[in-house]
Order: sequence, then structure tokens, then C-alpha cells
Amino acid sequence: MELLDKLNILADAAKYDAACTSSGLDRSGRPGTIGSTTVAGCCHSFSADGRCISLLKVLMTNVCVYDCQYCINRRSNDLPRTAFTPRELCNLTLEFYRRNYIEGLFLSSAVAGNPDATTERMIEALRLLREEYHFGGYIHAKAIPGADPLLTHRLGLLADRLSVNIELPSAQSLSLLAPDKKKEAILAPMQQIRDGITVSRQELKLFRHAPRFAPAGQSTQMIVGATGESDRQILTLTQGLYDRYQLKRVFFSAYIPVSSSPLLPAPQGFQPPLLREHRLYQADWLLRFYHFRAEELLDEGQPDLDVRLDPKCCWALRHLEFFPVEVNRDDYEALLRVPGIGVKSARRILTARRAGSLTFEGLKRLGVVLKRAQYFVTCSGRVMAGLRVSEDGLLRRLLTLEAPTLAPPPPEQLSLFPSTSERKEFPHV
Amino acid sequence: MSDTQVCCRYDGSFAGFLCCVFDCYVNHWEPVEFFSDWDERLSLYPEQTVSTRRAEALRVYRSLADRLGPAGQRLAARGFLTCLEERELWLWRFIRKGYRQGPSVVRELTDPTVDQILRAVRNLEHEAHSLKGFVRFSQLGEALVGEIEPKNQVLPLLRPHFCSRYPQESFALYDRTHRKILLHQPAKWAILPAEDFQGGTPSEQELYFRRLWRSFYHTISIQARYNPKCRMTHMPKRYWTTMTEFQEDSGVSLPPTGHEKTGPQSGPIHKVFPSTPPVSDASSHRDTDGPIPSGSHRNRSAIQY
Repeated sequence: MELLDKLNILADAAKYDAACTSSGLDRSGRPGTIGSTTVAGCCHSFSADGRCISLLKVLMTNVCVYDCQYCINRRSNDLPRTAFTPRELCNLTLEFYRRNYIEGLFLSSAVAGNPDATTERMIEALRLLREEYHFGGYIHAKAIPGADPLLTHRLGLLADRLSVNIELPSAQSLSLLAPDKKKEAILAPMQQIRDGITVSRQELKLFRHAPRFAPAGQSTQMIVGATGESDRQILTLTQGLYDRYQLKRVFFSAYIPVSSSPLLPAPQGFQPPLLREHRLYQADWLLRFYHFRAEELLDEGQPDLDVRLDPKCCWALRHLEFFPVEVNRDDYEALLRVPGIGVKSARRILTARRAGSLTFEGLKRLGVVLKRAQYFVTCSGRVMAGLRVSEDGLLRRLLTLEAPTLAPPPPEQLSLFPSTSERKEFPHV
Repeated sequence: MSDTQVCCRYDGSFAGFLCCVFDCYVNHWEPVEFFSDWDERLSLYPEQTVSTRRAEALRVYRSLADRLGPAGQRLAARGFLTCLEERELWLWRFIRKGYRQGPSVVRELTDPTVDQILRAVRNLEHEAHSLKGFVRFSQLGEALVGEIEPKNQVLPLLRPHFCSRYPQESFALYDRTHRKILLHQPAKWAILPAEDFQGGTPSEQELYFRRLWRSFYHTISIQARYNPKCRMTHMPKRYWTTMTEFQEDSGVSLPPTGHEKTGPQSGPIHKVFPSTPPVSDASSHRDTDGPIPSGSHRNRSAIQY
């Protein structure tokens, strides 16, 4: 098979992986090698779906022994199957990298044979790339659940970031849709990677040349919308993963119908829950950068995020007693809670108010989104001039702000005659 | 007594601008306009031609660090690379404010002058960061060759990134807008003015990798999530002109550059940037990036952006 066809097949098989980040590690290039990484990461292109292309995202092989219902590479799916040889993959990565098409390699694999053999093949490719081609760019590798811990460790020494996919947000869904995967088998490598990273950090403090194990940390992803979990369950799980496994990122991927299994939503007319995914990411940001907790955002009375408004606005509307925040006096934590003030503008407020007291005009200069923030802040005790709004009106105004960015409701064809269901209610018509 | 209002004419380099600052202070001028040598506009104000002197430029540059702090100095140096309209005038106001006020000037985020400079510098840094990803190189002969069409002068900001990334490669990166080229060989680099730039003919192998990349690019997007607006937000269309994934390999040459075309419809550069310098004599503008000509990796007195 030609390389072009292989690339098409194996990129097509890998594209449903959400993660394509190259962040978390600063490593400058050294003479004799090729490649560097930056801590902020670097997007090299954006595909037609608006997702960043930073890494060459491919599978080592798409031959799989598993039969996970949600996965395009499941055993029962009729697809062309192929595999890269390690050298092919190295050449491709290096030539793409030299032309600045990519920031590095994202290597995942379907489970061909057994997890050990699969991991060994990935290790071989990464070893060639690092040791023979002296590649210093970013490598993100998927750890295969069920592989020998020693092999996973070896993989972590070659890659910059490791990830294990948690796949679905609960053990029940997992046993239903992916009978070959167990929750414990997924969490075990995550634990191992977490401990490996901790140990490696300790060693690096003592010995400068100690081997670095997954220096850019680990991440995971789960599918949203294929099963019935609520946003609250998902966010609580996410928070637990950040707390207990020290993950760098949790990715959500809206389910896209790839199978007609009766266990999954029917593919006909199914719209991927993209807006829900977006709101989950917004909530995820609140957890990671805004010091929110999952319990604050959602509770049993309200298990799902409101798709009409962003989670921070929703929280603010439910906690009006917290506001108004005084921008000239209140602390960083309080500023972060205001809709319309982000991490950067909160920091700028702290800097700027040392030089003089802030006005609403000044806030605008600092990058605060006043159309949202105006309802929640005061400047030296004063509210925005001419602003008078009731609690009801507040919700309405915030909704109108958000409305243009949301997709309009699908247009409907008006009918002259009532539909059959309506007709039953009025039998005499 | 108020200062005399003048129009400063200088050579368009940062060193020249610093000399303007020097002369304005020494002669009690109040500059209201800055023109470059190649600018054909005439001013209604008395025109003062400022020559570029290395010693004075360095003196002003060092004083920036003393009086405005390292952050203020960096802001002024980067501010000069931006595409801010009347950037010299804004910088003059910023520097004068800084001299009066001291290093705290960089914390005055709500001051209109500081805000204007900060915004412009943020725009420059954002463009430079985007281009770190969006630059595309082609293997032409022995060297890697790429072209960009940025709004700001990003080459000095891209230089450390690409030199560190490809320490063993020879590469050239041409800035079509400002007609400058970044050249790199192992352990050597230079940013030079270049009137025109022609890449060579790509080999079969080069075309093959372009084809592979294009194919990968189209394969990786998910049809059900098609969202062109999101793509354009992150990657505005002005970058697309120099990116491999949006080009067709017509025949076997580099993608057409804006200024290769001649005649009535001269390329986009002339339209967007009517005042780009027609650099004819390379030596006269050899050093537009700092008072010290660049060229070595460890030049401590060169300007740090």
C-alpha cells in the first residue's frame, strides 16, 4: 500500500481523538538535534471543523481486537486496515516537522494482537525517532490499558505527554458499550503515570540528568452524549480526575454517530451535542483557572448546564448576593467570579489599580467585557451610569447577549392543515 | 517657553528613531510628525533631518532601561516593530512620559498612550505567535525556504524560535510586506533587507510531501463538526496565502508571491502598504533592527526584543 493511502486511513482512524495540544513543556533545541517545544504549545493549522492541528495525529495501526460500540475502529466495522512501519512513521514525522507543518507526533494505536505487542510497536517507533533521528519535538503517546507497567514506563520515558482514554463517564456505560475494557484497567495506568511523574520530578531535583518521565503530564478524554450521564456527573468526575490523578487536561468529545448499534443514539437525524460540549469546556476552564468547584456549578436540583448561558453567568445569577464586586478593592478571587472578567483582565486590574483608581472607561481599556461585567461590578462604589435592571431583566439581557452566537432554532414549514397527532385531539374536525 | 513643533525626517530604522528622541530633547523640539527618508509626503511644519549616529542611539537605548525599567525598554523596542499608525509619535509620547514618571509607567494600563502601545505590542506578539505555527517551509535544493506576509515586523521575534528549532538546518524566511529576509545557517543568522525573493523549483519529493500534508489536512477534519467560522477566527484568511494546505501545485514552482505580478494590478503589498520602502541599495538599510548590526548568536549589546 502506498504511504499516501496509509496516511489517509490511519489519520481518518485517529481523528476522533480530541486532544491535539502541544503544551506543558519548554525545551529548546540543541545542536545536533532537531526540534523544540514551547510551554504554551503551538497550533500549526486549523482544520475545517475549527479544531487545532498541532501534532501529526495518526494511529500506529487500526487493526483492533476490541469491539467497542462507539469506536470507528471496532472489530465488527468493515474498514480498510493497515499499519505504519516504525521507519515510515519516523520519516513522515521528520519531513513534516522540518517543513513546519507540525509541532510533533500524536501516536495512538488500535489494539492489534494484545496490549503488550501494541505498546512495543509504539515504543519502537518512538525510540527510533528520539535516538536515531534525534527528534526533540513534542510527542504525545496513548498508553494502552492492559499493557505491562514496564512497557508503559518505557513509553513515558520517550514521550512528552501520555494519555489514557477514560472513554465514557461511568463504569456502567463502559461495561455496556465497551465490554472488553474495565474501569480498573483504565485507572491503573493513570495511577502508574501519575506516580511515575511524581517520582521523576523528585529525581530531577536531585540529579540534573535523571530521565524525564512524561514531563508534560498526562491527559484523558471522554465521549459526551453517547450515554445518559448528566453534566453534574461528568464535571464531578472531571474534578476528581484533576484532584486525584493530577491531570493536565480532560477533553470532552461530543459523540458523533459512527455505528448503528442499538445501544447508541440512532445515527439518523442525530446532531452531535456540540453546544453541550462547549459548555462543558467552559465549566472545565472554571475548574482549572477560576477556582470554582463542581459542586458550586451544579447540584442535584440542577444536574445539567444551561446551554443558553455560559456556566459563569449561570452561577452569578444564582448568587446575586455575592455581587456587586468593587473593582478597586476586592481581591483576585472575587474578581475572577465576575462574568466578563477573565484571568488576564483580573491580573491587569490588580496592576492598574496600584497606579490610580479605576473607572468604567478604564475597565474597558483593560479588556473587561463590560456588556456582561457592568451588571456585577462597581467602580469606587458607583454602578455604571444609567444602568437600572431588575433580577428578571438581568437574565433576559444576558440571554440576548448570548443569542447571536448560538445557532437559531431550525426553521419550520408552516402547515395549512393540522398534523395527524393534533387531529386526534379534535376528532370532530 | 514651549518647544518648537517640528517634523522629523530620519532613515526609518530604530537607531534613527532613537537619534530623533535624542535630538528632540537636546534641541527642545516637539515632534508632531515623523517621516522616513523614502516618504514623499511634505510637511507643513519645519522639517528637521536627523542623521543616525550609533553612539547617540545606544545612549538613548541604555537610558530607556535606566529610566523606564527593562519592561519599558522592551516595550519601546517592540513598539517600533508594530504596524501601529504613527507609531513613532505614540512611542515618543510614551518615552517622554516614561522619562518623567519612571518605571511605573508600564503599570499605568489605563493611560491612553500606554494602552495604545500595549495593544500594538500585544498585536505584534500575537501575530508572531500565530506565525510560529503558520509558517510553511519548502525544501528547495539544500535549504528550507518559506515566505510570510505579516502586518507587523515579526522576523526579529520569529528568529529565536526557528533558530532554536532547526539548529542544523539552513533556512530562509522572507517577509514580503517589509521586504526583509531571515537567513540561518548552523550557528549563524542575519536579518537583511531584500528587494525581491525568488525560491527555486521544488523537487518531486517536495511536491510529494506537500501532497501528503494536504491529504492529511483534509482527512483530519470531522464532517459532522464542520465549522468554517471557528477556523477563520483562529486562522484568519490573510494567513492562508502562504500556507501549503490551501495551495494548488500548479506546475512546479513556489506559490506566486504578491509582488511577482507586474503591470496595472500590482500585488497586494502595494495596495495595503503604500509606504513600503523601495529598498534599492541594500547597504543603506543594512541595520533596520537595532543600532548594532545583527549577525551573531551571542551579541550582548544588540537589542533584545
